[in-house]
Amino acid sequence: MTLSPPVRPSASFDRSHTTAVELDNVTFGYDRTRQVLSGITMSIARGQVVAIMGGSGCGKTTILRLIGGQLRPSEGRVIVAGQSVPDLDRDGLYALRREIGMLFQFGALFTDMTVFENIAFPLREHTDLSEEMIRDLVLMKLNAVGLRGAAGLVPSALSGGMARRVALARAIALDPMLALYDEPFAGLDPISLGIVGQLIRKLNDALGITSVIVTHDVYESLKIVDYLYFVSAGRIVAQGTPDEVRASSDPFVRQFVDGEADGPVPFHISAPPLAEEFSVHAG
Amino acid sequence: MPASTIADGLRRVGAGTRRAVTRLGFASRFTFAVLGHSVEGLRRIRLTLREIYFAGALSLVIILVSGLFVGMVLALQGYDILQRYGASESLGVMVALSLLRELGPVVAGLLFASRAGSAITAEIGLMKATDQLSAMEMMAVDPLARVVAPRFWGGVISMPLLAALFSTLGVFGAYLVGVKLIGLDPGAFWGNMQAGVDFREDVVNGIIKSFVFGLIVSLVAVFEGYDAAPTAEGVSSATTRTVVGSSLSILAADFVLTVFMFRGVGV
Repeated sequence: MTLSPPVRPSASFDRSHTTAVELDNVTFGYDRTRQVLSGITMSIARGQVVAIMGGSGCGKTTILRLIGGQLRPSEGRVIVAGQSVPDLDRDGLYALRREIGMLFQFGALFTDMTVFENIAFPLREHTDLSEEMIRDLVLMKLNAVGLRGAAGLVPSALSGGMARRVALARAIALDPMLALYDEPFAGLDPISLGIVGQLIRKLNDALGITSVIVTHDVYESLKIVDYLYFVSAGRIVAQGTPDEVRASSDPFVRQFVDGEADGPVPFHISAPPLAEEFSVHAG
Repeated sequence: MPASTIADGLRRVGAGTRRAVTRLGFASRFTFAVLGHSVEGLRRIRLTLREIYFAGALSLVIILVSGLFVGMVLALQGYDILQRYGASESLGVMVALSLLRELGPVVAGLLFASRAGSAITAEIGLMKATDQLSAMEMMAVDPLARVVAPRFWGGVISMPLLAALFSTLGVFGAYLVGVKLIGLDPGAFWGNMQAGVDFREDVVNGIIKSFVFGLIVSLVAVFEGYDAAPTAEGVSSATTRTVVGSSLSILAADFVLTVFMFRGVGV
């Protein structure tokens, strides 16, 4: 596939760096024998919604954790808003994270707080706003995700889709420049899935932020993203715009988009020959 | 024995030792990190008060009821032994010294470990398993200051108060059995107790013990929760390790503290 230039830069995104996130030849492993990512290079322009796709365990979430500074690469550079994330000290990293909103796979809402308190949490921690102002901001964020009426509920009373929307409202509470979404569509019914997908796109455009979505939901992603990276076994194996992906004849992309059981990603993991396993001999 | 078996055995011992040393190193760094974040944590005084409520106030029922029954049993057993030597009037002082010096801090510590320590570990472990700690980090909020330090200090502050209440209810239970049930003279019961209990030697040493046990239980509880594998089984194992580890540590620390505090008893 061809690498297309970044598309749809948002006019309302007025931060100074045109490239919101850049990964340059990034390699990461938990130890020498377990290499998770190899030679990952990607460039995400501000205002874009970009999906990183791949099967379970291929290293997608690790990329998000590298961008957020929760992990440090073994080699290569991770640049966010012009700053080298691995080189930041604790204060620098926390200052950067105040500019990043992250939605975790199952929401990661604080279970000892109400929905309102969850969204007020980053505002209370990082601003000196009055309670009245915090209340208004929280209700505005909740209204944006259609859950103003759920402000008083506790997370255990929410459905999976509602919890994901509350987490989305919390992720944008501080009006971040970058939003990271870890499997935002996992386990959602089709209606909730569509709602969350549209919210990600609309909030990205309305707030002028940049969004990185890690997902394996190819159909929903193709509807809302500007660009896609396909990751397999820790490497980028394909990339392109949604139209390029739909038209692609790349075997990996076709297997992923068409949901085929066997292909470049084999159905069987490495194992001894079947005949040998069952002691079956010819003749 | 084949050489490969010996080599395997040595390898396992080496790997186990390395794991243990690594964990000990992490625990030490964690301890310093928690202490380093304590000022930041204590500045969020409402969080620490909340944890005192959860670890302390919600442990009151088990502590008070246990203290009452331990005191009552101590009085019954003590009276049976003391009367053989014609010293039944010393029941009050015997019960008070037993509770203040040993049973109050130790039993309250063991109960605290199983009631509050396990709850702290499970809560932090589940927060980790459900990405709540990671979410906090990604919101530029340090979980050590926001989650761990308040729970640690909540436990440390609660424990001496609970031990004091345990001993108080224990003495009251002994009074009920010794004076009201058996019929000992209340003047002798309280008078001998007042004369035989030394504030510095007995009360203060008991408070020091309970403070140390509070440190041990709280530290083990927050560490095990923070270090728990982020799975149901991992949280379950961590909770068990908290109860077993802190209980054994309390008993070992009690021996060491007793050796230093009561050297006059012949050690």
